[in-house]
Amino acid sequence: MSHLYEKTASDLAGLLRSGKVSSVEITESVLSRIESLEPAVHSYVNVYPDLAVSMAKKADEDIRRGTAKALTGIPIAIKDNMCLEGRKTTCGSHILANFRPPFDSSVVKLIKDERMVILGSANMDEFAMGSSTETSCWGTTHNPWDIERTPGGSSGGSAAAVACGQAIVSLGSDTGGSIRLPASFCGVTGMKPTYGAVSRFGLVAYASSLDQIGPFARDIRDMSLLLNLIYKHDSLDSTSVEIGHSDFTSFLDNSVSGMTLGLPTEFFGKLTNEDVEKNLSEARRIFEKQGVNFVELSLPSLDYGIAAYYIIAPCEASSNLARYDGVKYGHRAEKFDNMIDMYCRTRAEGFGQEAKRRIMLGTYALSSGYYDAYYLKAAKIRTLITQDFKKAFESCDAILSPVAPAPAFKIGEKIDDPIQMYLTDVFTIPVNMAGLPGISCPAGFSRDGLPIGMQLISSHFQESKLVQLVSAFQRETDHHLKRPAI
Amino acid sequence: MEFESVIGLEVHAQLLTETKAFCSCTTKFGSAPNSNTCPICLGMPGSLPVLNKRALEFTVLMAIACNCEINEISRFARKNYYYPDLPKNYQISQYELPVAEHGWVDVDTSTGFKRIGITRIHMEEDAGKLIHDDRKPVSYVDLNRTGVPLIEIVSEPDMRSPEDAAAYLKSLHSILVYLGICDGNMEEGSFRCDANVSIRPKGQTYLGTKTELKNMNSFKNVQKGLQHEIERHENTLLGGGNLIQETRLFDPASGTTISMRSKEQAHDYRYFPDPDLLPLRVDLELIERMRKSLPELACQKKERFVRDFGIPEYDAGVLTAERSLAEYFEKAVEIFPNPKSVSNWMMTEFMRFLKASGTAIVSAPVQPSDLAGLLSMMERGAISGKIGKVVFEEMWKTGKDSNQIVEERGLVQVSDVTEITDMIRKILLDNPGEVTRYLNGKTQLIAFFVGQTMKATRGRANPQIVNEILTDELEKLRN
Repeated sequence: MSHLYEKTASDLAGLLRSGKVSSVEITESVLSRIESLEPAVHSYVNVYPDLAVSMAKKADEDIRRGTAKALTGIPIAIKDNMCLEGRKTTCGSHILANFRPPFDSSVVKLIKDERMVILGSANMDEFAMGSSTETSCWGTTHNPWDIERTPGGSSGGSAAAVACGQAIVSLGSDTGGSIRLPASFCGVTGMKPTYGAVSRFGLVAYASSLDQIGPFARDIRDMSLLLNLIYKHDSLDSTSVEIGHSDFTSFLDNSVSGMTLGLPTEFFGKLTNEDVEKNLSEARRIFEKQGVNFVELSLPSLDYGIAAYYIIAPCEASSNLARYDGVKYGHRAEKFDNMIDMYCRTRAEGFGQEAKRRIMLGTYALSSGYYDAYYLKAAKIRTLITQDFKKAFESCDAILSPVAPAPAFKIGEKIDDPIQMYLTDVFTIPVNMAGLPGISCPAGFSRDGLPIGMQLISSHFQESKLVQLVSAFQRETDHHLKRPAI
Repeated sequence: MEFESVIGLEVHAQLLTETKAFCSCTTKFGSAPNSNTCPICLGMPGSLPVLNKRALEFTVLMAIACNCEINEISRFARKNYYYPDLPKNYQISQYELPVAEHGWVDVDTSTGFKRIGITRIHMEEDAGKLIHDDRKPVSYVDLNRTGVPLIEIVSEPDMRSPEDAAAYLKSLHSILVYLGICDGNMEEGSFRCDANVSIRPKGQTYLGTKTELKNMNSFKNVQKGLQHEIERHENTLLGGGNLIQETRLFDPASGTTISMRSKEQAHDYRYFPDPDLLPLRVDLELIERMRKSLPELACQKKERFVRDFGIPEYDAGVLTAERSLAEYFEKAVEIFPNPKSVSNWMMTEFMRFLKASGTAIVSAPVQPSDLAGLLSMMERGAISGKIGKVVFEEMWKTGKDSNQIVEERGLVQVSDVTEITDMIRKILLDNPGEVTRYLNGKTQLIAFFVGQTMKATRGRANPQIVNEILTDELEKLRN
C-alpha cells in the first residue's frame, strides 16, 4: 500500500469521509515525509507540526460531525509571502526574518475556514524575485527530481513540496511565472488565475499589478478543488473582481473535441531545446487525437514582454519594498549615526542582491525625467501585449506554449548572470502582463529524466477551459502520475 | 520700480469622515498615540487600501462648490519619500489625473470681487506625527493621523497681494466649513496652507523666480509671511541680487522666512499610478446626488440676508462669514422677528463676548432663544437698552435666562408715571438751590435731575418718561 503522503487530495478526502483514515494520520504521514526530506530538498522556511496537528484534530471533529467541506483535513503548504497570523512570514528575506503578521491573509482565512491543515511556509526567492529559490536568505530549495538542480522559482518550495509528498497541495504566487515555472520544473500542475480572481490581501507585495496567488497540485482534479476554494471576491482587495465561477471540477470530464488551440509562432520560433520541442509536439498530437484543432497565430508584441516587465515590476517593487525601513517591524541595523544612516544600514543589511538590484532599477526608472521613457513606454507595451492576446483569442479557445525554454537548470548555473535568469521567464511573463490565466501541466520528461511542462493560456476568467483541456490531457497521459525517486 | 506680486496657494483640508481614507480606523482626534491604527494604515506587509466612499463624496462636493470640472476617471498615484511618519514610505495621492480641475471661486477683496482660478482638487492621505523628546535625542511616532483623508486644493497664481491671498483662503475656509466636510481648524492643522510667491515689475506678464512658503498656521501668519517674503524679493532684486527657487519656512516668532531646501535639494517623488487601487470612476449619478445635497454657501446666504432681512451688506457679510453664526442669526430671527435688532446685537455685544471668551458659537452660553428673549424684553420696554447690556453680560457669565436675571436683580424698568412723578417731586424738594438756578436759566441742570432720578431708581426708570415729567414739574414750579 502506498503512503498517505503520496495520495491526491481527492483520494484522501474520500478516505477521510469513509472514516478509513484521519486527518491526523495524513498530517503525520506528511510531517514525517517533510522531516526525512528537508535536509535534501529544503522546501520549507518554517514547518509547524504543532499547528498542523491541532488543525488536523479540528478537521477530524468536523468530519465526525459531518460538517466537512471538500478539502477539510488536507495538508497544505503556503508560500512564505502569505500572512499567517502570529507565525513568521519572511518572504525569504533577512529583512523580515522575525516578522510575525498580526492578521491572516484572505487566502489563509479561506484555508482555515475550510479546515485544511497548514503545514508551514514554503521557501521562495526573496520577495518572489527570482526563478530558482536561490535568492532566498534561507538557502535554496533543491529539485526532488535531481537535487543538484533548482525547483524553479519563485514558488520553488511550494512546487517541490507537492512533488515529493511534503505537502498534498500548496499555494504559490506568480508575478512573471513564479507558479508555472516551478510547476514545470517539478512535474506538478500549477495555475496562475486571472488577475483579480484571487484576493491579494495579505500577500506581501512584489509587483502589485502582476502578483497573483494560485494553486499547486499533483493533478488537475486536486488543483480544481483548491482553485474552487480561493477563487473568491474579497472586499479587502480593490483589484479583486466581483465574478462568480462554476465548480471547476464540473469541467473535468467535458470533451475537448472541437476546441481550438493557438500556437504562437513567436514562441515556437524561440525553442532551441530538443526535449521541450519533442514534448510539445507530442502534446499537440495527444490533443489532436481528442479532436482539438490547432491554428498558428502571431503575438508580435510579446517580444518586448521581458523588457517591459523588467521596468514595471521593479518600479512597483521599489515602492512596495520602501516600507522595510527598520522603523516599525522587521530587521533594524544595530549601529547607526542618525535616521538616514539607520535607513541605509537597515536596508543594506536586510535585502539580498537581487532585491537590491530591482529596487535600484525601479528607483532609476521612476526618477524625474525618465518616467516617460521607461515606465510609460512599458505600460504602453503592456497594453499592446494585452491587445495581441485579445486578438488571438478571437480564433482560439486557448494558447499552447512552452513554460520554460529548457528543463530545470543546475543550482548556481545562472545565479551570477541575471539576464540569463530573467530569460527563463520569456514564455510566462506576457501572461502576467496581460492579466490572463495560465496553467502549467506535466507534458513529459527530458532524456535526463527531468520533468517538462506545457503552458495553456486562456482569456480572462476562462480558467474552466484550462481545467477542461488539462483534464483531457491527463486522461490520456501519465506524466503527472510519475513521482521523483527521492 | 514698482513691483506686483504673483501668489498661488496650495491648501490641504482634512475631511470630516468618520473613518480613514483607505481603512476603517476612526479619525477621532486626541486618542492615545497609535490607538487608532490597523495593519492597513500601519503599512503592514500584505495590507491593501480600499477607498472610503464618503471621502470621495466630500471631494466631489467641494469640486462642485468650486465650479470645477469633475473627471469621470481619475487615478491614485504613489508619492514616494522616506520619513518615519509615513509607514509605507509612500503617500497615496493623485498626480496626473486628479478628481477635479479647472474651477474658480469669487473672492470678496477690499477692491471688490475677484475671481481666483482653481487648478485642481485631489484626494490624498495624511501622514502621522513625530514627537521629539527635548531632553533626549529620541523621536516618537504617532500614527493616529496616518491615513486620514485630505483634499489638496491648488489655485492658479491669480492673487496679487497678501490681502488677496488671505481673502481667498477665508473663502475656501468658509466653503469647506459650510459644506460640513472640514472643521477648518488651522491651529490643529486640519486646514493648512502653502504659498508660492514671486514678484515682477508692474505691467510685466512673465513670472519671476518663485519661492514656496510653508508653516503658516493662521490667516494672519499667511498674510505676514507673504508680506515679508515679497519684501525680501523686492529688496534682493533692488539690491542687484538674484533670487533662487527654494522652499522657505515662515518663522512666526521673528516674522521672517528661513530657507529650508533649494530646488537642487527638492525631492524626486517618483510618482506612478498606485497599482493597488483601480482607476477611480466618478459617475454622473454621484455628481447629481452631491449637487442636490449642496447647502447654501456664504455668498448666497449673504445676498439673501440683505434681500430678505433688509440688513446692511456689511452686517450680512459678517453674519455669514461662518455657517454657525448665520444659523444662530436665523434661529434668533425666527423667534424674535426683528432682523435689524438681532443683527445689531450680534454684531456688537455677542461678537465682543464671543471673541473675548474664544468659545465656539454652538456652545456659546447665550443661545439664539436666549438672545431673542432679551430683545423682546427690551422691545416691550420691560428693560432699557442700557440695562439690556448689563443683563446680556450676566447671561453670558451665568448662563441664566434674561427673565430670571431681571427678576432676581429687580431690574424691571419703572415706567409708572405716578411712581416716577412722586420720586421727582421729592428730588425737586430736596434740591431747592438747583431748582432756583434752573429756573433762572441754567437749563443744563436738567441732566443733574435726570441723574438723581436714575440714581433713585437704580437705573430702572424709563429715561424718556423721566425727561418728560421733569420738564413738566419744573415748568409748574415757574408759575
